[in-house]
Amino acid sequence: MTKINVETLKILVHSILEIREDEIGCETCFDQLDKFVELNLAGKAPEQALPLVQRHLEMCNGCCEEYEALLEALEAIEAEGH
Amino acid sequence: MITKSGQIPFSTRSNQDWLAALQEPASPEALTELREILLRGLRAGLSSRIDGDLDALTEDFAQDAILKVLASLDTFRGESRFTTWAQKIAIHVAFSELRRRRWKDVPLQTLIETAEGEEYTPALLTDPVAGPERQATRMDVMNIVEDLVQEELTERQREALLAILQANVPLGEVARQLNTNPNALYKLLHDARKRLQQRLEEKSGLKTQEVFALFEND
Repeated sequence: MTKINVETLKILVHSILEIREDEIGCETCFDQLDKFVELNLAGKAPEQALPLVQRHLEMCNGCCEEYEALLEALEAIEAEGH
Repeated sequence: MITKSGQIPFSTRSNQDWLAALQEPASPEALTELREILLRGLRAGLSSRIDGDLDALTEDFAQDAILKVLASLDTFRGESRFTTWAQKIAIHVAFSELRRRRWKDVPLQTLIETAEGEEYTPALLTDPVAGPERQATRMDVMNIVEDLVQEELTERQREALLAILQANVPLGEVARQLNTNPNALYKLLHDARKRLQQRLEEKSGLKTQEVFALFEND
């Protein structure tokens, strides 16, 4: 039997408690990620405009990793003034 | 704005300009500009995440990304700047490939077992603010969840859940190893979490809100 360590259990309990019916999957998140990241860059509270994307990013390590890299990429390009 | 030479300066290319310039046959100038933008973004987005030859890797990724962008032009909905949308695709192409290389050939079960770490450590569960009764209830909930994972989930659900939560394997890589796609895997995990939530209420006799209160300060 696979052992589950205590940190995993804690994360799992939170993940179970925070489940919602309107969660979106990775594809829908990806579809809206360009809009979400531009709202963030413009300082326009993307978590309010696109709360389901925000929520997916909190739940999905893969999408979150890509989002953070995309943000860094765009910030670097903006800093260079294109 | 189009200059006398007929070239559209990079900074003034609108989304419509990009789409027009990249329709087949794509304008070589537009392709060169796009490649430059994607390369700069990839270098910035990946520099802290890869050890190898950054320039060589980003060249490959930019090339693959351009092909994907060209093949996906009709899915661009204009909800962001075209270059943001293209950069999103480039980052996705890069991460998909990096994950494939990093996790290649290591079975999920091995990764899960490697991450088992310490034996179950009750001390870690203690919350200095919580009274003994609350701590005991937290312990009960964790024990129940552990049992439910073993008893109530399918082998596939359990493996996917633990690979992600315990071994920190990215969801996309877990999907690849399980021969599915990320979206379907997310759905599988959603169903697993829902099953656990229902059974936790039944087995603990606590409502989800009550369990939430027990763990809200973690």
